Amino acid sequence: MKLGDLTLSQLHHRLADNDLALRTGPFVTRIHSPMLQVAESLLQLYADFPLDEGEFRDFHVRVGPPLGLRRWLRPQINFWYDGHSPFKPLPANHAFALLEWGLNWCVAGHAHHYLMLHAAVLEKNGRAVVLPGDPGAGKSTLTAALMLSGWRLLSDEITLVDRDDGLLVGLARPVSLKNASIDVIRRAFPDAVIGAPAYDTHKGTVAHVRPSADSVARVGEKARPAWVVFPRWREGCPARLNPHSRADAFLHTASHAFNYSLLGGLGFELNAALMDACACHDFEYSNLDEALQVFSELAA
Amino acid sequence: MTLARQCQPLLDILRDPRGMATLDLKSWDLLLRQAGAAGLLSRLAVLAEMLGLSNRVPDAVKPHLTAARSVATKQRQAVRWEARRVARALADIDGPVLLLKGAAYAIADLPPAAGRLFGDIDILVPRAQLDQAEAALMLAGWHTQKQDDYDQRYYRRWMHELPPMTHIRRGTVLDVHHNLLPETARIRTTADPILDAAQALADPTGLYIPADTDLVLHSACHLFHEGEWDHGLRDLVDLDAMLRAFAKSSAFWPALLARAQLLNLGRPLYYALDCCRRWLHTPIPDDVIAACPSRPPAWQRPLMRSLFDAGLASVHPTCRGRFARLATFILFVRGHYLRMPWHLLLPHLLHQALRRNQEQNR
Repeated sequence: MKLGDLTLSQLHHRLADNDLALRTGPFVTRIHSPMLQVAESLLQLYADFPLDEGEFRDFHVRVGPPLGLRRWLRPQINFWYDGHSPFKPLPANHAFALLEWGLNWCVAGHAHHYLMLHAAVLEKNGRAVVLPGDPGAGKSTLTAALMLSGWRLLSDEITLVDRDDGLLVGLARPVSLKNASIDVIRRAFPDAVIGAPAYDTHKGTVAHVRPSADSVARVGEKARPAWVVFPRWREGCPARLNPHSRADAFLHTASHAFNYSLLGGLGFELNAALMDACACHDFEYSNLDEALQVFSELAA
Repeated sequence: MTLARQCQPLLDILRDPRGMATLDLKSWDLLLRQAGAAGLLSRLAVLAEMLGLSNRVPDAVKPHLTAARSVATKQRQAVRWEARRVARALADIDGPVLLLKGAAYAIADLPPAAGRLFGDIDILVPRAQLDQAEAALMLAGWHTQKQDDYDQRYYRRWMHELPPMTHIRRGTVLDVHHNLLPETARIRTTADPILDAAQALADPTGLYIPADTDLVLHSACHLFHEGEWDHGLRDLVDLDAMLRAFAKSSAFWPALLARAQLLNLGRPLYYALDCCRRWLHTPIPDDVIAACPSRPPAWQRPLMRSLFDAGLASVHPTCRGRFARLATFILFVRGHYLRMPWHLLLPHLLHQALRRNQEQNR
């Protein structure tokens, strides 16, 4: 059964009753939330995802108002991981954004059976591109644009490297867009489904793009890494790839990874094997169409 | 709720980890949550591997155990590395430097070390060398965290340790003790016998750990004398693992009782033995408990048991009984009451409350 098979009211009730478990790639998360906003956003962005009816869940999370008198003064929202809240409360209208951050936190904080790099990852024709990127470099914009033009999304935030075979494992969760990039994607892809923006978060305005049906349907297929590309958006710059040294790409991904040092020697070996399997590039762009052209030539 | 049904399945698995081979998926779901919240998941994961059960658990569970083992391995490695840095920093001070608790278990590879997670590193130095040790640690990069004069005074005048020292680059935290209990505590104890009986470590050289009996007594006194029960069950598991291993020597029990008498820690030892036996089925002879140097009067025992049981069960919402909140509050108050007499405690609590108020209004 898919999440989209439920009506909004059914979904809302199951979330409120703590009776909804969502499968995103290798993880099953039980989500508990009385918030209608969470139900609406899930229905809009996660409709293609399967529900899990089994008895085992990897993560148990809740998004809802904090207890105590304060909630009557100012509506707030918090995230709980099995009774423990790792974040500070946020304004109530950030509920869905908080759930998304919480789900990332669950994976990044627990899934140490993978090497977890801080990078987006997409696949085309059996080959995957890993996109590490500093905040503001245009990584999410590029990720959303690639997904909306036929690349299969594995993840916009966490690249999971399987410790047994070095292949990349997908989550296919929505792409998080920030500030100006929301309108850039809206203009370039008028058909894209973009959730309600959360304004004035610590990352500015945040909105999520619904993952393509193909990405969700094929989330179980691991992908073979082929390229590591460091995107950078620069005003007026023609789209072009430049070689990037593998050694530097190694150091950059290792130092930005979620658990490189935790995995010790294994982390080194997995990341080294990833770099060995990949051609590494810098990529500067200002125009999305040009950027997509370069990537489709790359994957051809 | 009786103890037999409380904290299940975690409690049964801690009593007999071989039970992991036959748990169903639903129980695993709960076990991973309870063990994760108690800080015991890595321990179970490592035990599963040691017992050859890694491949007999359901496929959905395997990744969690693999991940938890990675965390344990990393922490073990990190604590060894950090201990070497401490040894190097304190190489020149007179008198022994002892690793305590988690760091001691890990470096000496004692039974609780398997899969144990760490917070801070605790060390014990002779009171006379405290200033020297602090200066040497500061030179090596550890500094007391940003605290006001009141905190500094509070620690230095009344406590058995310096304010926590954080390494300026690594962010690791070191607790430097000169005694097991605060100067103001109801129970007075002395660290001298512990320093005298310390065992030298081969690696890193220059560091020591307490004798077996003293490791047990320190763990007991830490657990049953403080008001913080977040890691209560994990600490009880440490005690259980040590008692099971050390008791293989017939001289252990008499030595432990004599030591408890000497260090004036009979009461926490009694509570530790009683809880270990009831919670984890630790094999402890009746006559050892009967011979404990300080036992609570019979009328107090059921009350103390229910308090400690609630404290130990506070690890996860599915373990808590009906009066959990009240019980943990009473334990918190008890912890403070044991720490210092009322004429010191009340002004201290008032100061903390006012400061919190000021910070919120800022």
